[in-house]
Amino acid sequence: MSISIAEVEESAASALSAIAGAKDLAELKVVKIEHLGDKSGLSKASQALGKVAAEEKATFGKIVGEAKAKVSAAFEARIKVLESDRDARVLIEERVDVTLPLDRRSSGGIHPLTSLREDISDLFIGMGYEVAEGPEIEAEWLNFDALNIPADHPARTMQDTFFIEPISAGLVLRTHTSPVQIRTMLERTPPIYVICPGRTFRSDELDATHTPVFNQVEGLVIDRGITMANLKGTLDHFATAMFGQGIVTRLRPSFFPFTEPSAEVDIRCFACRGENTLENDSCRTCRGEGWIEWGGCGMVNPKVLQACGVDQNEFSGFAFGMGLERTLMFRHGITDMRDIVEGDIRFTQHFGAGR
Amino acid sequence: MKFPISWVSEFAKLPKDLDSDSITQALVGAGFEVEGVQNLADEIKGPIKFGKVISIEEITEYKKPIRWVSVDVGEIHNVICGAQNFKVGDHVVVALPGALLPGPFPITARETYGRTSDGMICSARELGMGDDHTGILVMEEQDSPIGSDAIATLGLDEVIFDVAINPDRGYAMSIRGIARELATAFNLDFQDPASLVEVNDANSQSGPIKVSIIEGADRIHLRSVSEVNPNAKSPLWMVRRLQMCGMRSISIAVDVTNYVMIELGQPLHAFDSDRIKGSIIVRSAKEIKTIKTLDEQQRELFPENLLIADESGALAIAGTMGGFESEVTSKTKAITIEAAHFDPVLIAKNARSHKLSTEASRRFERGVDPLLTHIASMRAVNLLVEHTGANYIGFNSVDNLKSAQKIQFDPQAPSKVIGGKYTNEVVQEVLRAIGCEIDESKKDLWQVTRPSWRPDLNASIDLVEEVARLNGYENIPSILPASPLSRGLTPAQRRRRRVVQLLANRGLTEVQSYPFVSAETISIMGFTGDRAKSYRLANPISEQEPFLRTHLVPGLIQTGLKNFSRGVRSLGIFEIGNIYRAINEPSDSPIIGVDTKPSAEEIAKLLAHVPKQPLCIGGFFAGAIERESWWGKGRNFDWSDATEAAVEVVRSCGYEPTIHASDFAPWHPGRCAELRVNGTMVGHSGELHPRVISALGLPERAGAFMVNLDAIPYPESVKAKSITTMVPTIQDIALIVKSEVVLADLTNALIQGAGELLEKIELFDRYQGAGVPEGQLSYAFTLTFRAADRTLTAEEVGGYRASAIVSANKACGAVLRS
Repeated sequence: MSISIAEVEESAASALSAIAGAKDLAELKVVKIEHLGDKSGLSKASQALGKVAAEEKATFGKIVGEAKAKVSAAFEARIKVLESDRDARVLIEERVDVTLPLDRRSSGGIHPLTSLREDISDLFIGMGYEVAEGPEIEAEWLNFDALNIPADHPARTMQDTFFIEPISAGLVLRTHTSPVQIRTMLERTPPIYVICPGRTFRSDELDATHTPVFNQVEGLVIDRGITMANLKGTLDHFATAMFGQGIVTRLRPSFFPFTEPSAEVDIRCFACRGENTLENDSCRTCRGEGWIEWGGCGMVNPKVLQACGVDQNEFSGFAFGMGLERTLMFRHGITDMRDIVEGDIRFTQHFGAGR
Repeated sequence: MKFPISWVSEFAKLPKDLDSDSITQALVGAGFEVEGVQNLADEIKGPIKFGKVISIEEITEYKKPIRWVSVDVGEIHNVICGAQNFKVGDHVVVALPGALLPGPFPITARETYGRTSDGMICSARELGMGDDHTGILVMEEQDSPIGSDAIATLGLDEVIFDVAINPDRGYAMSIRGIARELATAFNLDFQDPASLVEVNDANSQSGPIKVSIIEGADRIHLRSVSEVNPNAKSPLWMVRRLQMCGMRSISIAVDVTNYVMIELGQPLHAFDSDRIKGSIIVRSAKEIKTIKTLDEQQRELFPENLLIADESGALAIAGTMGGFESEVTSKTKAITIEAAHFDPVLIAKNARSHKLSTEASRRFERGVDPLLTHIASMRAVNLLVEHTGANYIGFNSVDNLKSAQKIQFDPQAPSKVIGGKYTNEVVQEVLRAIGCEIDESKKDLWQVTRPSWRPDLNASIDLVEEVARLNGYENIPSILPASPLSRGLTPAQRRRRRVVQLLANRGLTEVQSYPFVSAETISIMGFTGDRAKSYRLANPISEQEPFLRTHLVPGLIQTGLKNFSRGVRSLGIFEIGNIYRAINEPSDSPIIGVDTKPSAEEIAKLLAHVPKQPLCIGGFFAGAIERESWWGKGRNFDWSDATEAAVEVVRSCGYEPTIHASDFAPWHPGRCAELRVNGTMVGHSGELHPRVISALGLPERAGAFMVNLDAIPYPESVKAKSITTMVPTIQDIALIVKSEVVLADLTNALIQGAGELLEKIELFDRYQGAGVPEGQLSYAFTLTFRAADRTLTAEEVGGYRASAIVSANKACGAVLRS
């Protein structure tokens, strides 16, 4: 058997063409057997090399060798291409829709009152305060007497205060977090800088602006040389942290038994920023007044300091208190108190579990 | 308090161009909340004139009688009118075309009943003068000159302020007090209306009615008049002012007492002198049991009620409401005016015990000037004499008034308390403006005498407040205090935040529920022991829910039910809050004063009197925890989800709880886990009792948990463990035990037997069925062993495994599954 150079070249050409034409690895495998296998033209040419005349052997051998190398290289190149095609295809085939819903479980939420309570606590801790707490069933002495609210004061009637049976036990659901201030003054020695968040109770029916169970945050400072100017500075800082830059406070003379001088705290209307006047009362948030009532405050009444044994020659103090629900309503545009207190999970879930 | 600003202007000459905004700001700045400003001129426009009825033609062809009226308003206008209560010659108010009446109701000449009605004859209501619309307003001739402007005469262009008065400012419940405040605010001269009343008691006769005080008052004046004309009417200006202050005109005697009360602040009462039996006594009710008050209510008296009485019984509930039997009627000829200064606390109690908050009681409670009784009673008598033709007879009085103590006042006090600088001159100016007298003989300690109308001024701090107030709170600087370093949150506060965040991140939603519980709920829950010891409110919002919660789960279930009613089908919710258990019957309150700090013993007693109210966290689960979707089937909440949440809560407090089977209401007796830390119970979890689920209509298999956060100790700081790099050796064990055996016991036995080198034990299978005998269970565990210093050999670990199996066999009868 003899093979001509032309045949070798033809085998090589047909192998190269087949390799190029293989569309995937399976086809290439068939091509390999056909064109590089034992029965392929090029293998046969190799086998025939022994029979080639000696003087032609070198030339023929070189031609066969070069042809095989060329075909092998083409094969290797092709296999790389096809493998890479396959890998790319697999990645495409394995694609998933990453936008599929992931809400296997519903997501939870922290009640915004809790978040607000934490935010306010953090703000005041940053200002050097500590967070003080106390019980919700409270002794009348701590809730009233020590706060200069004597036995015949209207606040101590059943219209305002929940009394625990029997009345002789002198226990009430605290009507404000002020008894925590009293407890703090009885337990600690000044300087005292505390913030008192907590649940409070008054016998109001639930409606859009009232709830019998609500939350307050109160602040108490007892130190040397504390003035009403310090109170004003603290409230301004607090208001800005709650409602944004430029939201200052206004103090209006008022009356509370436990403070003197006493004041109502208003904040600059965050909706119109006080740009509405009584003539142009288009602001729905403040009804054109430019100010919104936020809480109460004042210098701690000497009678309260006296009941708590604070030395008035050395120390003076201020206190302030705000409703958390009211603050929350302002901050988030909540118009109905019931949404906050009824426990509808949609309300809380909207605020989410993070911040 | 409502008042027309023109009345105030009589005593503080407010500039004509002062707008109501400025007045509002001055009032607010002085501590008087302005609840409303009504400018009547905004609602009414002329021409509105007085006219005289010239002729009336009755028109009868329509369903109702109609009149065709000619009125002379300086010119003749013909007007259609439906009212019948006037006659030819009467003076009436006519709104002419172009006028605007409140409504708004513009007046034009219009065709009606076949004629051109050229204006409108007005009723009081149409003019915005109260509710009377029984007919048109017929004027007294002398009040209403023909053709003159009715708007000015009737005060239909007044500005009316409505102002809230704080409880310490009784003096401001009067024109006198408001005028004084506005005079100070605008730096105007103030004419005290009390000083305009001439009282000449030294030369006066005594009156026919004697008076004495047994208790409850320190000053009283009775002044009597006779020959009262019973047909006398209140003058128009008085009626209008009372109307603008929100009061109805009743009779000249009552109107006069109200008028003087509003002007001066002293409540008065007018008695029919002829209906008083003997003398008048101020006393507590004691044996006097009832009174019929002038609102015609028969009232049971409380023995401590302060009364004005005569020899036959109660004439009035002092300072609160007069009696029906002694009130002035249309037949009264002799009137006795009573003006007293009562103990404010007793009047507050009078008002509260009868739920009668009246104009008088509100003033007495807040404090009335005690030096007004002789003046106000004289003013009332003068008005009666002037307008009823009465004769003043004379007076009787009791005066036990003690003079107020002088206040020791350091003129530096305002600067020290308020911050900023208040000079002695500024302080003096304020104190004098409010009526104080200052004795400055000691430079550093002034002796300040308060004015009689300011009973609220008792101590230095009260004067400081006045200095701050009248200088304007807006002038107080804003200065942050230099505060000390904070220790940050307490461990309890940090714990609270962690557990809330944990449960929210686990997909639970925080709720806050009311702590009020019904007896029915307690019974459905099946609470016993401490959980059944509820505090009861004396005055609950709802008689259905008078108890305070002893547990968080009932409130969580209620909140769940509310959500179900709004269409929610699955939920996981949690609440953090206090619970209250009346473990001891509440004892009587310790009695402690407020004049000094209580003793350590008293404080301890007081704090111990307040019950412990542990902070708990609870959860409630119902419906699907995982929903069905592209990932496959959903899954419902079950007992294990509740317990897992509870365990996670305890872990986030720094402890791995042990879990024990329990039978604890309101849980399913076979599906309730008790969690313990260091052997102490800290909470329960699991599936709710089927009885609770069916009674409340909850989704099947609903679960709940509650952990008492206060019962979990605070862990010491954790010592680090060194991490070994040796390779672990793994051994699997499958054991068969009787199905009563509790897994925790089996696991503990394996741990005991496996020895110290056991690093971890995990259950990977629990099986019952073919290959396992009836009534038994197969458990398969993976045990991981590791030593810190060497790689363990198979032989050594095989020994530990065998020892574990022996231990399990001994403790639980476990045999190796072949």
